[in-house]
Amino acid sequence: MTTGDASAAPDAALRDDLQKTVDRVFDAHCAKAVRESAEAGEWPAGLWGALEEVGLPRAALPEAAGGAGFSFGDAMFALRRSAYLAAPVPLAETMLAGRLLSAAGLEVPDGPITVAPVGAEGFTLSAGKLSGDAPRVPWGNQCPHVVLVARAEGGEVLALARTEGAATSVDKNLAGEPRANLHFERAAVVASAPLADAAQRLTRDGALHRCVQMAGALERTLEYSLAYANERVQFGRPIGKFQAIQHLLAVLAGQVAAASAAADAAVEASAGAPDEFMVAVAKARIGEAAGKVAEIAHQVHGAMGYTREHNLHYVTRRLWSWRDEFGNEAFWQGRIGRSVAANGGSALWPMLTGT
Amino acid sequence: MHQFRFDPVRLPPEADALRREVREFIAGESAGGAFTPSRNSWSTYDADFSRKCGQRGLIGLVWPKQYGGHERSALERYVVTEEMLAGGAPVGAHWIADRQSGHQILRNGSDRAKATILPRIAAGECFFGIGMSEPDSGSDLAAVRTRATRSEGGWKLRGTKVWTSNAHRSHYLIALVRTAPKEEDRHAGLTQFIVDLAHPGVTVRPIYNLYGGHDFNEVVFDDYFVADDMVMGGVGMGWKMVTGELAFERSGPDRFLSTFQLLRQSIDAIGPEPDSRAANEIGRFVAHLATLRRMSTSVAGMLQQGAQPNVEAAIVKDIGTTFEREIPEVFRQLIPTEPTLGRGATYPELLGMTMLRAPGFTIRGGTREILRGIIARGLGLR
Repeated sequence: MTTGDASAAPDAALRDDLQKTVDRVFDAHCAKAVRESAEAGEWPAGLWGALEEVGLPRAALPEAAGGAGFSFGDAMFALRRSAYLAAPVPLAETMLAGRLLSAAGLEVPDGPITVAPVGAEGFTLSAGKLSGDAPRVPWGNQCPHVVLVARAEGGEVLALARTEGAATSVDKNLAGEPRANLHFERAAVVASAPLADAAQRLTRDGALHRCVQMAGALERTLEYSLAYANERVQFGRPIGKFQAIQHLLAVLAGQVAAASAAADAAVEASAGAPDEFMVAVAKARIGEAAGKVAEIAHQVHGAMGYTREHNLHYVTRRLWSWRDEFGNEAFWQGRIGRSVAANGGSALWPMLTGT
Repeated sequence: MHQFRFDPVRLPPEADALRREVREFIAGESAGGAFTPSRNSWSTYDADFSRKCGQRGLIGLVWPKQYGGHERSALERYVVTEEMLAGGAPVGAHWIADRQSGHQILRNGSDRAKATILPRIAAGECFFGIGMSEPDSGSDLAAVRTRATRSEGGWKLRGTKVWTSNAHRSHYLIALVRTAPKEEDRHAGLTQFIVDLAHPGVTVRPIYNLYGGHDFNEVVFDDYFVADDMVMGGVGMGWKMVTGELAFERSGPDRFLSTFQLLRQSIDAIGPEPDSRAANEIGRFVAHLATLRRMSTSVAGMLQQGAQPNVEAAIVKDIGTTFEREIPEVFRQLIPTEPTLGRGATYPELLGMTMLRAPGFTIRGGTREILRGIIARGLGLR
């Protein structure tokens, strides 16, 4: 048997360090009180400051752009861990904004940055002045800068604008994360530059970051569920000893494993720019897993999981929110399905195998 | 807690060339009328096709050349199997021998077994069945009652095996047999034997399936003699060997591509401009399939490195067979047709045949419930 190159594995020691770093920051700065005050609308300055101190928001930016020079995969690994810890901060948005700005050759400003999840139809940029609306911009009331796509004279451009005064109202997603409605009326932009396929790129990259976050939240949901099944005693034994519960948890674990594999595949394929097909597969597959996993996890946790007191809801409320952001399952399934149908059944296997 | 691992795997460049070669071979055979690709690939017995696969060097891919193998990697073998299945090739005759029996003999067989059997398997001329289940022993495999007693120069077998696919047209099967009484450890005292179906003392009777097909058999041993050098590994090692091959048996693309032909033809039946519901269902299946391929390839990579990812394999089979079974259930509602009895020559026949085979997907090779038990054990719950 030849050995071949079976492994495309990342640097395990580096990832171990990264995980420890993320865990340390959250241990020190993300107590339950911080989560609760963040949901009440208070900016978690201590947590964000600590994340900046270790360089996580800019981890994947090139060193010339003030980044730590980590690979995209390593940055996504750190993001996944932050979602496992249910981080109430716009880390995904800042990483995403930095990636988009770098791709367009624009300078990345300091501090948290968000991204307006709308297509080019949302904004026009004329003579350096930005007009238009973006609903539900994540953390749009707390990030000083927003990255968005606008129609300009020459086509789509990526633009960086200040959010000050732009939020007309603030909604919250199910996890209590702010989603601000932004309105710009002939506002000055900080910078803008053309970026190929900008609106598509923003949607795909946004979906990819949400996939990574969901993979982390799903992993935590599995761990909470196993721990609870082992400690909760009914009828004289831990409920995890009952076959009905074991089978529920086996299904849950399978969904988590599938989601994790889909997220890894999408990240690997998207180091340079997001891969349309792999991101679509991941967002569709992980979104489906998120719903099933959250349902089972709550069933296993019984009434306890329905309380504010237990921490399960910090991850399940995020799953229920993130699966709908940057395109829900139906959105991405439809894109895959239309493309596959247009090419016919015989083109499917060559497409899947890349040959 | 067990950490599930689905490590990323990069297929080696030589796998791409092999993929193209296999695809061309299948296309040529299909175009030449040797088979119709709409049939259920690894359940379709076709000795001529298997011999051609052997001649092409597509069986026993990872085995040493000494035994007729080709010393290729497990990932190359993976590519061959998935191309065969996706192309609807009738690989049923040699499937079991290639997937697990040959592998077992290579690891645990005597020198004579290796020398006399493996080259014929690799040539596509020697086929195997699985002799595990019995009338009173299905999911509870350790309950087997077929017994072997010592006889001069070997053993005598008495008992009955069931659900032995292709026993009526295979050369051998590997039987799991009790060689010592069931004591406190139910898993001790079990031994695997290579059984030559052409020898006296073994009777094969058909068990027809629900649509009248004949794959299954009952195999009765009546003082059937097995020589000592057809004992696999050591006496009493049977359980360890059986569980050792599970990752090979459960993680492959045969656990999610059984209904791929129906998926393909349903996409064509729906046409190039699907409505939103049809587009979403197609997209959902493709997303599942792409993810399953990733997970299954990953297990192949881990097997290649000598790991025994039984829990990961159980996950692939549980999710994969669930996916296979959903395909007919969803498309029957999207395409106005009625399932029809037949051999799969038309869409209604393909749908009908797939529906009638579907219950087997989540039973064969370990029921869904057994798999979930294994996963639960992997999670530390049992």
